[in-house]
Amino acid sequence: MTQLTMAKSINEGLRRAMADDPRVLVMGEDIGKLGGVFRITDGLLDEFGAKRVIDTPLAEAGIMGTAVGLAFRGFRPVVEIQFDGFVYPAFDQIVCQVAKLHYRTQGNVTMPITIRIPWAGGVGAAEHHSESPEAYFVHTSGLRVVAVSNPQDAYVMLRQAIASDDPVVYFEPKRLYHQKGEVDLDMDVADAPPMGVARVAREGEDVTLLTYGAQVATALDAATAAEDEGVSIEVIDLRSISPVDYRTVTASVRKTGRVVVTHEAAREAGVGAELIASVTEQCFHYLEAPPVRVTGFDIPYPPAKLEKHHLPDLDRILDAVDRVLDRPNSLTTAEAGS
Amino acid sequence: MTMMHTLSPTADHATDTDDVARLITPDGERLADRELDPWVADVDAEALRGLYRDMTVVRRIDTEGVALQRQGQLGLWAPCQGQEATQVGTARAFRADDFVFPSYREIGVGFVRGAAPADFVLAWRGEAHSTYNPYDLNTATPQIIIGAQALHAVGYGMGITFDGTDQVAAAYFGDGATSQGDVNEAMVFASSFRAPVVFVCTNNQWAISEPVTVQAKFPIAGRAPGFGIPSLRVDGNDVLACLAAMRWATDHARTGNGPVFLEAVTYRMGPHTTSDDPTRYRDKDEVERWRRRDPLARVEALLRRRDEFSDEFARDVAAEADRWGAEVRAATLNARTKEPIEILDHVYAEPHVGLDAQRADFAAYLGSFSDAVAGGEAR
Ligand SMILES: Cc1ncc(C[n+]2csc(CCOP(=O)(O)OP(=O)(O)O)c2C)c(N)n1
Repeated sequence: MTQLTMAKSINEGLRRAMADDPRVLVMGEDIGKLGGVFRITDGLLDEFGAKRVIDTPLAEAGIMGTAVGLAFRGFRPVVEIQFDGFVYPAFDQIVCQVAKLHYRTQGNVTMPITIRIPWAGGVGAAEHHSESPEAYFVHTSGLRVVAVSNPQDAYVMLRQAIASDDPVVYFEPKRLYHQKGEVDLDMDVADAPPMGVARVAREGEDVTLLTYGAQVATALDAATAAEDEGVSIEVIDLRSISPVDYRTVTASVRKTGRVVVTHEAAREAGVGAELIASVTEQCFHYLEAPPVRVTGFDIPYPPAKLEKHHLPDLDRILDAVDRVLDRPNSLTTAEAGS
Repeated sequence: MTMMHTLSPTADHATDTDDVARLITPDGERLADRELDPWVADVDAEALRGLYRDMTVVRRIDTEGVALQRQGQLGLWAPCQGQEATQVGTARAFRADDFVFPSYREIGVGFVRGAAPADFVLAWRGEAHSTYNPYDLNTATPQIIIGAQALHAVGYGMGITFDGTDQVAAAYFGDGATSQGDVNEAMVFASSFRAPVVFVCTNNQWAISEPVTVQAKFPIAGRAPGFGIPSLRVDGNDVLACLAAMRWATDHARTGNGPVFLEAVTYRMGPHTTSDDPTRYRDKDEVERWRRRDPLARVEALLRRRDEFSDEFARDVAAEADRWGAEVRAATLNARTKEPIEILDHVYAEPHVGLDAQRADFAAYLGSFSDAVAGGEAR
């Protein structure tokens, strides 16, 4: 075990995946000499050379489309999208080509492409640098979509994503890049929990709190705070948001009977909507209260000085917990006031 | 080497379709061309007859496709009549291990690559998106997203250079596609990485109802040099010129000189697809002008001038074409529609719990019908 930042653990994941398999290559903007704008690919160019660490022209559709061609030829490209908000020019290649080629070719052509996306907000960035586009990809059949929340998962799930014969959209919370955690780099990745399996990040009895990515930390803070008020929250880190591990999710909901979902992305047709619909289908008779979503607002990502109001914080989560527990909350206060 | 044909700015390049590299005139006269001739020095009368035969069979498959669509056997068909020389001439220049990324209209390319009769029709019938294993023909699934395949060819070509082999990748797309970002990004990537890629732009004058002048105000081949890619504007109705140009292009790419761009100037004689009505947007005179440049008639005229086109040969070719037509028809009529549950196959390469659950539910639902029948009998 070593203490590593998430940035470093991802870097190690790339390095070891490339060392183990000569068909793995990384490609993206500025990933060579600079090591990427977040330095995630630091040192890889020196170690593996320019044929496997490819500084591409500045063209996201170009990066994704050539990755498709490389996959056709049997390579396993790991693509870095510089920032979440810049994945949209590549969207067509991802949803029409990367996601569908295995199906379209009746399984003859595989697309083992890993799409790494530095993701989401909370870092005071400029416009288009803090987006949470995961729902677009979750809605696309043929893709797997994962979001990591700690350095250990970041390392293991990256290795698993690269090893997968399916395309994986791999979201890296920028907010967590420099947080340290224990990482076992020498673990046998095959023995680790598969990337599709959710993790109970904290056990609890009264409310199930579902989340993923950087929001896991906020959810855990909320659980700690709730404990002071005598409320026991079970926090589930989904890890994979397509497919969702509903076995773990529904086991928790059947225990607690109450569900809160939190994510940074906007609410409408978001991942929370899907989670609650599925939980309601599968656990309706166990539910003690209507599930509640705590999400970003349905607005374009706000300017940095205001983003703290958009990002669901500990207090908004606790307010939702009060709602599912039928305790006084912002809605009852508003009603009483009117 | 830049083999750019004369690309003086033309006032109206849509009508200036004679500003092309050409080896056979519409009347069947063989023109000498210092640059192209060496690439087809080996093409004797026998080889020319082979090209004629290919084009005739492709035309027959196309005719059959249209007929099958009209009879309700196919949902749609994208005809290639008029473009046989572009498709056959260029595709005959490939090696079997080169990899081709076609659009939806490259019937002749598929034929040359060895497609089976069913491969031409089952996708249009709606039985499967792709009817062959791309690795069997070294030809990707036909692409419907305009221009996307240009990038795939470049990525594949980059892979060729990484592997250090001497194959070539090729992408086929239309004049309309050259407006797409993907095609332009493909040229940037191909040039930056010196990828062994040949871009074949089939300029058939129309993108559904939009004339090429909506996409370009300058001959399309003139764009490639701006990306650092040599290009050639070739007569797309001249199968010999297409073969020569493509041999030059593949050789250029194969020997480590990077990408090449060919613009084949041709004409789509029929509708864009069987759903299209070209009488709404183009006039009869234009179609008739192009009919006089027919790619098959041109080779026939050349062979006749040399007394190399016998009635017997014509009969043989016609019989072979008819055989193909019959096989394509049989493949259509004998198509097996997959079982309903197979709709869920191959979405992922590895098990996926979400889809596995849907499969179980759907299987139970499908099973409920046989239960109902069995239950009914029991009553
Ligand atoms: C991205 C995209 N936009 C629009 C279409 C609809 N569409 C299909 S074919 C076509 C015209 C293509 O023209 P061109 O590239 O010249 O090729 P051609 O069909 O003439 O061979 C259009 C607009 C499409 N298939 N894909």
